Amino acid sequence: MTAVLETRGLVKQFGGFIATSDVSLSVAAGARHALIGPNGAGKTTLINLLTGFLEPNAGAVILKGEDVTHLAQHQRVKRGLVRTFQINRLFADMTVLESVTLSVCERLGYGWNWWRPLAAHGAAVDEAAELLGTLRLLDVAHEKTRNLAYGRQRMIEIALALAAKPQVLLLDEPAAGVPTGESRELFDTIARLPREVTILLIEHDMELVFRFAERITVLVGGALLTEDVPEVIAKDKRVKEVYLGEALHD
Amino acid sequence: MTPAALDLSPLRRAAAWHPAEFAFWLLPPAAYFLFPDYLALLSQIAITALFVLSLDLILGYAGIVSLGQAAFFGLGAYAAGMLGKYGWGDPLLGLAAAAGVAGLIGFVTSFLVLRGADLTRLMVTLGVSMMLFEAANKMTDITGGVDGLQGIEMKPIFGAFSFDLYGKTAYWYTVIVLFLLFLLARRLVNSPFGLSLRGIKQNVLRMPAIGAPVHGRLVTIYTLAAAYAGIAGALLTQTTQFASVDVLAFNRSAEILLILVLGGSGSLYGALIGTVFFMVAHHFLSDINPQYWQFWLGATLVLIVLFARDGIMGLGRAAVARLGRKAP
Repeated sequence: MTAVLETRGLVKQFGGFIATSDVSLSVAAGARHALIGPNGAGKTTLINLLTGFLEPNAGAVILKGEDVTHLAQHQRVKRGLVRTFQINRLFADMTVLESVTLSVCERLGYGWNWWRPLAAHGAAVDEAAELLGTLRLLDVAHEKTRNLAYGRQRMIEIALALAAKPQVLLLDEPAAGVPTGESRELFDTIARLPREVTILLIEHDMELVFRFAERITVLVGGALLTEDVPEVIAKDKRVKEVYLGEALHD
Repeated sequence: MTPAALDLSPLRRAAAWHPAEFAFWLLPPAAYFLFPDYLALLSQIAITALFVLSLDLILGYAGIVSLGQAAFFGLGAYAAGMLGKYGWGDPLLGLAAAAGVAGLIGFVTSFLVLRGADLTRLMVTLGVSMMLFEAANKMTDITGGVDGLQGIEMKPIFGAFSFDLYGKTAYWYTVIVLFLLFLLARRLVNSPFGLSLRGIKQNVLRMPAIGAPVHGRLVTIYTLAAAYAGIAGALLTQTTQFASVDVLAFNRSAEILLILVLGGSGSLYGALIGTVFFMVAHHFLSDINPQYWQFWLGATLVLIVLFARDGIMGLGRAAVARLGRKAP
């Protein structure tokens, strides 16, 4: 299958510390791909490099065959590369509907429109409402984001990304801090996304990873350790040693 | 609930005119008839309100802190003054020139200002303002220095309305310009562009991740706010037919920051109400106690910041919410 997202020899150093070491990764179009590794493995750094949040010291990021290494974050989003954050980055004083409409407006190019009121952009508002319906957030559409429970805020985190209509969606620990029941619901929502959306997932909950991913890349100390299908990864001794510990022996 | 069943009226209400707004804008005409002896003060209030509005656009909506907005006020004041001095005294031409000059310098300096975070922005805006102040102070041949720009002559507005000794024309002129620019700002803050500014203020790291060009948006609003400040400066020069280096002074920038906090930043009416409160208090307190009037303003500011963080507007909103809860 053709790769929609690739990295070639990606390196990121913070002073003397090498956070990402010569990482070459390939994510196939439509994939459900997980990126795992112990704490400090460089997973979030890699996501930051992919999205342009950080600039690499060396290497390249290729999106749909185009070198986007030196493009700004918002330019990569316009090309379909969208992320969520490990720690919520929301618009606390906006309502849920305003937040998601903002994201839709940016995608539709209304962000520069300074004359027509937001409510007059019917297509954007309707699309945002549709998305809130899909994510079961309609009942809190007019609530300020800061007033919502953490689990629902995590859902808004995903709603903001989906409103940008991603072709490649990078999910950085979407279930972090979410109670078990709600995290299952969250993953069910992610699993229902169409195959046109390629997903690269970082997650610590191995049960969720092995239930969701069709391919897994293991990162250790900023470098790529191995990559394969979940069944092979589960049996890989190196992976067990560095990351999974006894969890898979049981 | 289905998406189609979602009530969108709260979103529409946000941009619709509230009856209290109509009532508010009836106050300037009412003040004209009720306080004919205070037209000069009322004109000053309108000019300052426009100047505070310019700061509100960048600080209240986009989160750009500035201690140098007087730079643009002063540029506008001198631009209109120069035109008036050299025979181009048409008021509207003066406003356009002031907006152009201040906006241009705002655009150029935005690339310096927006490079850093809050403290850097504070220092760079202050630095730019100080440089302009000293330049105006030094270039006495052009600006008149501390003695001010002499010989400014204003032509009638639209060739029909001359500036009179009683300040009637000046009052209507400043109020109408304020109202029109307020309408423009109101449109802007309720638009997707305005929402994106609020997004930048609330979470600047998230905005690029939903595809927003943050830098471009900030440059745009900074430039526009500079033009607003420039027009406010031009109004001052045109209505007083005088401009001195005082228009570029640091205390002007600090004063409008104080007014905005007092009124409630991030609310256009906060800027307007804060200005009225400050200017009226300034006028009467300095009458009562010419030496120590600032003590009471200072005390009010401390109380507002400690107990009403959203300023007078915040207090008003809280009171309305409380009344709403008590209503059956």
